Amino acid sequence: MSRLITITINDKPYQVEPNQTIMQAADKLGFHIPRLCYHPKLSIEGACRVCIVEVEGMKNYVASCAFPVSDGMKIRTNTQALRTARRDIIELILDNHPQDCHTCERDGNCELQRLAASMGIRARHFEGERKRYEKDLSSEAVIRDPEKCILCGRCVRMCSEIQQVHNLTQAHRGFHTVVMPAYNMPMGESVCTACGQCINVCPTAAFLEKNYTQELFEKLNDPNLVKVVQFAPSVRAAIGEAFGLEPGLNMEGQLIASLRKLGFDYVFDTQFSADLTIMEEASEFLERLQSGGVLPMITSCSSAWMKCLEQFYPDLIPNVSTCKSPMSMQGAITKTYFAKKKKIDPRKILSVAVMCCTAKKYEAARPELMFDGMRGVDIVVTTREAAWMIKSAGIDLVNIQPEEPDHPLGISSGAGAIFGATGGVMEAAIRTAYELYTGETLVDIEVEAVRGLKGIKEGSITMDGKEIRVAVAHGLGNACRLLERVRQDPSRYHFIEIMGCPGGCVGGGGQPYAQINSIPLDDENLRKRAQALYDLDKAKTIRRSHDNPDVQKLYKEFLQSPLSPVSHQYLHTHYKAKTPVGIIPRNERTLSGDSK
Amino acid sequence: MTQNQTEKLQAIREAMLAARNDAHPESHLIGILHKVQDVFGYLPREMMDEVAQTLEIPTAHIWGVATFYHYFNLEPIGRHVVSVCMGTACYVKGAASVLETLKKELGVEVGKTTSDGLFTLQEARCLGACGIAPVMMIDEKIYGQLDSKKTVDIINQYRKAAAEEKSAVGAETRRGKP
Ligand code: SF4
Ligand code: SF4
Ligand code: SF4
Ligand code: FES
Repeated sequence: MSRLITITINDKPYQVEPNQTIMQAADKLGFHIPRLCYHPKLSIEGACRVCIVEVEGMKNYVASCAFPVSDGMKIRTNTQALRTARRDIIELILDNHPQDCHTCERDGNCELQRLAASMGIRARHFEGERKRYEKDLSSEAVIRDPEKCILCGRCVRMCSEIQQVHNLTQAHRGFHTVVMPAYNMPMGESVCTACGQCINVCPTAAFLEKNYTQELFEKLNDPNLVKVVQFAPSVRAAIGEAFGLEPGLNMEGQLIASLRKLGFDYVFDTQFSADLTIMEEASEFLERLQSGGVLPMITSCSSAWMKCLEQFYPDLIPNVSTCKSPMSMQGAITKTYFAKKKKIDPRKILSVAVMCCTAKKYEAARPELMFDGMRGVDIVVTTREAAWMIKSAGIDLVNIQPEEPDHPLGISSGAGAIFGATGGVMEAAIRTAYELYTGETLVDIEVEAVRGLKGIKEGSITMDGKEIRVAVAHGLGNACRLLERVRQDPSRYHFIEIMGCPGGCVGGGGQPYAQINSIPLDDENLRKRAQALYDLDKAKTIRRSHDNPDVQKLYKEFLQSPLSPVSHQYLHTHYKAKTPVGIIPRNERTLSGDSK
Repeated sequence: MTQNQTEKLQAIREAMLAARNDAHPESHLIGILHKVQDVFGYLPREMMDEVAQTLEIPTAHIWGVATFYHYFNLEPIGRHVVSVCMGTACYVKGAASVLETLKKELGVEVGKTTSDGLFTLQEARCLGACGIAPVMMIDEKIYGQLDSKKTVDIINQYRKAAAEEKSAVGAETRRGKP
């Protein structure tokens, strides 16, 4: 550890580590300096100046997010002059901002609002010209509203530094600066993967998911429809946060009860189809392994990753599993097997999915996933949208009596639950592949090597004396570095799991916004959500997908066996190269570190 | 594309291939965009795509640079560039109404080119002809003491000249000339 230095903050001396910024030191000492453009996972932009502090001997205020501490430094964080200066900065931002909080989707959940309130801004002093732009509604998933943008640049850095999609830039300059894709292309025609991480980090309503809540409320009131809903593993681990609960509480039973109260006739669990996915995916992997198929095989559950694949890595399409995602498998089974069993016309089924993910909206609309002229999933709403609907309908999710999912697409194994966390699909697949391959039961089923938030994780298992090398990446930036390794050395791994979002689905682009005193994509928060799923796994008696009795029944009554022609018809798909072609700078692809 | 342009484009492609192998290809970006503009008069989208793919620089990044510097044109430039002086003297003498007249007459906003490709409308800082304010410059030629009517008349002269040229070419073509 390096020698400590002494700084004073607001006239009190403190011993702190050198080589950190004033903001970092102050945070640890319990002084929360206001901030806007800063995010601990992103590079420092120093653009907003909200974080200014006074440093004795310096002529101007300094941006504490960028300025390093030094021995003997005297810092003030809350003088009257500073308070005024900060307030002016926020007032100037507000001056160039629509005054429509009441009709804004971020109302009550907006960092700009919170900042303005914390500065005590109670009147608007600078009323001037303000920017006016059209909303970009072109994407199935992500809406861009430049009028609400305050140019903090967090989305641009998220998209290029963590996701390495590089879809966004701050184009033009000065008053005319706008965050947009290249050539001001509509989002729906850009390289955007629909991951929604720009939404997660945006402090305002400048990025939002395409909202389907009104349409869904309307359809829920249509007596001619049979309303069926499924919800993803990580929704249950996060939705409580939108109701003020602490992160990491499993709200499965309460969510099921709330969805029934909303008007759904059948509440199914996407974890059921996670088990089904494992049956297909593990079988596909073993088939490739035994018949000399293309390896490494790469998972295909993450819709943002699928779009990324088609634009950035078309050369790896043969490596990617042909399995649809659990959501789409569930949709297909709902409108075929379930419809037949219940003698319902599948066209009368409204198939809804509550997902932690914005890209699932894009996925649900993919024409490749249609079967018998139908979409498997008609409407996707995010965890955020579902939480809003539940509140809006006056349902008390926190205190409601928990309920069980419906049958026959409701039972799931522990393996299906951990699908929501990075490494979970791999762990679930290993549990089943091992048994299918060796004929023996894997005793030690908790695969620690693929758990946790390390950017790229590697591990291996031995099946009948054969070593199977696996790797896991979460966040598209980590995926990019892992895939570069694969391009260079295709035989390095046998099986790879990729999830497009940081932390996996628990960190999805549709999860609840950071609550007060929390920041978007906080690692601790992601860990707690993941832990909720691992605890759920542990508590189950059935922990392997192939032991799920309803999945076994589904094969017996409908699908016959994994990879059968019926399975192929409904549960598998294909991918093809798409434009615009994504470009990742060479030096970013070859970064060696396994960063988060 | 003229012989000269083709040669220049070839040189740009070679420069790009050299820059690609540099440890920091992005440090060559602005220079290469300048060269592209030299050839085309603006930055065509296909060329920005080509630069992006060759230098392995994300297109959004190139777009950020291209839009940041006023020097770069993002759209083709018309045959004649009409610059209205917005300096103080001209402004006081009614440059704004000259600009409005031009916008209406040409049917384009500032920075845009008419659909026939004849005019690009621009604003300029002081053109140094304050004595005859308000002024506009078409290509290299200065026109002063403008009012709406005079402005429209001047534009019409250019239109007429272009139309005559076109019919002359048409006549030649009809006579079987290449
Ligand atoms: S983004 Fe925030 S400050 Fe802006 S209108 Fe919406 S709620 Fe209000
Ligand atoms: S959704 Fe993802 S890929 Fe698309 S712009 Fe936002 S961060 Fe980038
Ligand atoms: S869109 Fe949001 S995150 Fe991006 S710069 Fe604007 S305010 Fe910041
Ligand atoms: S948070 Fe420091 S400049 Fe924006």
